[in-house]
Amino acid sequence: MIPASTAVAPPRRAWVEHVMGLPVSIHVRGAGAYDDRVEPAVAAAFATVRAMDRVFSTWQDGSDVMRLRRGEVDLADCDPLVPESVRLGAEAARTTGGAFTTLLPADGELLFDPTGLVKGWAVDRATVPLLELPGVSFCVNAGGDLVVGAHPDLPDDGPDAVVWRIGIEDPRDRTRVAATLPVTRGAVATSGTAARGAHLYDPAADRMVARSGSTTVHGPTLLWADVWATALFVGDAGTRERFVRDAPAYRAFDLPG
Amino acid sequence: MRRIVLWAMSTLTALVLLFSYQTSHGTSQSTATSSAIQHLNDSSQTTGGSSSGTSGTSGSTAGGTTATYTGDSQMTPYGPVQVQITVKGGQITRSEVLQVPWSGGHDQMINSHAVPILNQETVQAQSSSIDMVSGATYTSQGYIGSLQSAIDQAQL
Repeated sequence: MIPASTAVAPPRRAWVEHVMGLPVSIHVRGAGAYDDRVEPAVAAAFATVRAMDRVFSTWQDGSDVMRLRRGEVDLADCDPLVPESVRLGAEAARTTGGAFTTLLPADGELLFDPTGLVKGWAVDRATVPLLELPGVSFCVNAGGDLVVGAHPDLPDDGPDAVVWRIGIEDPRDRTRVAATLPVTRGAVATSGTAARGAHLYDPAADRMVARSGSTTVHGPTLLWADVWATALFVGDAGTRERFVRDAPAYRAFDLPG
Repeated sequence: MRRIVLWAMSTLTALVLLFSYQTSHGTSQSTATSSAIQHLNDSSQTTGGSSSGTSGTSGSTAGGTTATYTGDSQMTPYGPVQVQITVKGGQITRSEVLQVPWSGGHDQMINSHAVPILNQETVQAQSSSIDMVSGATYTSQGYIGSLQSAIDQAQL
């Protein structure tokens, strides 16, 4: 077997834009990386994330979600993505046994805040134009949660597979990597409090989570990998039982804080 | 006593964790696993060639000597880990995690497709071989100086 380090690295390009208050990095690798179709597909991917941000941002007063919160518009008047987010939020709450919620405390009450699922959902949708690029494998990373994808012609393994070595941050020292995960297709989401302090909400206890460490989930979509990473991080043994039973395509591990 | 100290050291340096998803096996996994296992193997050799760290079998083939080593089960912060490697002609040709932990005790989560949790020193030495970083969500502010930022800069 030839170690990856001695193989000739395929061509690689990267873009970074800041959307949703997050750095969004798109990297492409493979024989098709310098094809003329790559640049427009990457632009389309960023445009998808920006469009989702305009609809869902809780930081912009003019977003559909903020206008909905203030009662200025009905759900039916919003972008069709908004009622879909309500449906997804309800499904996520049901699937995780309530460990994930889109009702978050704000201004002393619980308000609809789909932020926790919008990022993963936006990145999943952003991958659509990238999947059409022949000979291209890509990774879209939005603030530490990412999706790896590849053109259907590229294999999952063997010498022609493009494998991304995903480093999982050490929650005790964020300048270091505590794990590496080789991925050819699929999403990787990590939830923890290392980056932003206690920003994750535990609906069962009705309080922000203060525990340390992190939970990483790997599976087909970032929407559900991210939902489960949050739910497993804030949830209890019952949440883990649900995960094992109801999300067989996903795998998870914890890192100690 | 010396053996206990070495044991503790190899526990620190040979954290190996599991993973099992269909896309997580492939050539690169073998490479990454090899790194972790090689380190584990080195740790075992540190014990002075006694059988305290490993048990092994060996035989000869046309391609050179083939040997299988089974590491002792070691306690890690994640639970007990046990690794078996096959070395042929001086190169690790196969590795298998025989016993892997899941912090919630859900052993059914784990199957034979293992992914190594490399020890920190190894990972830092190999940080140039990490393609992307996953971690607790960081904002644009936190991005500056992050590992992902360094990786992006190297590619832009």
